[in-house]
Amino acid sequence: MSEINSVGIVAPQTAHFNEALPLKSGGSLAQYDLVYETYGILNADKSNAVLICHALSGNHHVAGIYSENDKYPGWWDNFIGPGKALDTNKFFVIGLNNLGGCHGSSGPSSINPETGKPWGSAFPIVTVEDWVNSQTRLMDHLGIQKLAAVVGGSLGGMQCLQWTIAYPQRVRHALIIASAPNLTAQNMAFNEVARQAIITDPEFHGGDYYAHGVVPRRGLRIARMLGHITYLSDDVMGEKFGRKLKDTIKYSFDVEFEMESYLRYQGDKFAGSFDANTYLRMTRALDYYDPALPYGGDLSQALSRAQAEFLIVSFTSDWRFSPTRSREIVKALLDNESKVSYAEVTAAHGHDAFLMPDPHYHAILRSYLDKIQIGS
Amino acid sequence: MQNNVNISNFRQDFAIIANWVQFGAKVLDLGCGDGQLLRFLCGSLEVKGYGVEKDDSNVLNCIAHGTNVIQMDLEDGLSGFENQSFDTVILSQTLQAMHNTEKIVTEMLRVGREVIVTFPNFGYWRNRIQITAGRMPVSKTLPYQWYDTPNVHLCTINDFNDFCKNHNIEILQRKVITEGKEVTLLPNILGNLAMYRLKSRKAI
Repeated sequence: MSEINSVGIVAPQTAHFNEALPLKSGGSLAQYDLVYETYGILNADKSNAVLICHALSGNHHVAGIYSENDKYPGWWDNFIGPGKALDTNKFFVIGLNNLGGCHGSSGPSSINPETGKPWGSAFPIVTVEDWVNSQTRLMDHLGIQKLAAVVGGSLGGMQCLQWTIAYPQRVRHALIIASAPNLTAQNMAFNEVARQAIITDPEFHGGDYYAHGVVPRRGLRIARMLGHITYLSDDVMGEKFGRKLKDTIKYSFDVEFEMESYLRYQGDKFAGSFDANTYLRMTRALDYYDPALPYGGDLSQALSRAQAEFLIVSFTSDWRFSPTRSREIVKALLDNESKVSYAEVTAAHGHDAFLMPDPHYHAILRSYLDKIQIGS
Repeated sequence: MQNNVNISNFRQDFAIIANWVQFGAKVLDLGCGDGQLLRFLCGSLEVKGYGVEKDDSNVLNCIAHGTNVIQMDLEDGLSGFENQSFDTVILSQTLQAMHNTEKIVTEMLRVGREVIVTFPNFGYWRNRIQITAGRMPVSKTLPYQWYDTPNVHLCTINDFNDFCKNHNIEILQRKVITEGKEVTLLPNILGNLAMYRLKSRKAI
């Protein structure tokens, strides 16, 4: 059902690129596809484009629905639409699926044009830097020289940061939400457990499970269950499930607590729709991103080239990408005398808060975006 | 956190602060409220201004006006700000509401090459009259009742002078105003709002 302020029915498009993309790992992708969606109208001087960078499990379907009866709008539909915080009456919004993804852009589950078979383990490990490079190619394809803004949460926020460092002339504003300038050891440790769950699944077959007609569902399911625990706060889990039982204690290992039921449901749903090889690569992209590394860990120096204006947002209960990490970005920007505002939103939902329609959070985003001036 | 001061006083407050800030300076305004002072300084002096504020609605207001604002609680100090990284750090009519008064002043002197502090003078004669009459003062500058006031560390001009002396703080300039006019005679009695330009005597 099309609701008020929805961008309505949308359709993905695919851009094919024949020019090889050099990768940080040393290899390159000779050719690749990027699938994307757009909402709103690109203005005459092409100054109103906003790129949405997705997080671990996101994709190009950011807003709108695919048919009149589609019950599942895009993943950030509460934020994007006519009259919404990111107003499509003003902005031309682009969502894309990153390389290595499993929703239409070239990735491990897509067909390698050189072999005619799924890439599988042969698909290279791509990084945040590679993604941003590929995103600029998509902007070239759309004729957009300079973005009005890049917006992203979590891993998406890292891409926004990278845009401002690698392409300072091509981005005017960066909205970096629930993100970090790199991952802590604890954060990477969660990723490692998730990957081990996948890789040790007997049906993983070294990443070439497509050829065997199986998928490492169990591993992916556990990886996602773990992820969900870290995306929520203790308080929210307590409030949502507490120690509630489904029925009575049965002294078994079946689902007895509500929390178990939730985790299994989320794990099953995800394992049925997401590609394990993509999950491995997304977590690695998270681990590897560290823009300060070439500068001896000095983030201020890394950001010295940035020319964009910044809005940094964090959430008080987010322990996977805690406010402390966002403040590191803020500090580096202050050191460079960049224009920056920082909002620390009081929210109970942990890392997941960045996708929730909290009124104050959305008011912050709306106010910031409203101030962005665009041409004709 | 800012008190509601009448408008003429407020403008005078701004004008004096503007006189103490260099053109194009990097300025940090602590407890910046909705960012009015920063916008005034940005407009008149083209400063690179940042506000610090903890209140959600004030942060939202700053962002809506395009004023740089960092949401944090001053009581936690200024971690995340480098030593001597701002030309001027301002604490406008917020000192009296701070719990960790010494800490914030020390932090301001660490982060700013110069510091501007303004506060309502508790020694103002109208306050003294109300105390003499046996009541806690309530006025335009101090509009709260004793039981709901955020002002936990009120002081007089003499108190603050002693504070500076005891904490190795150099007073570069001081102005005292009442109803928008400068007071030179008996400032601790006739002055309503005290304004100080300070720097640390210690090497940082």
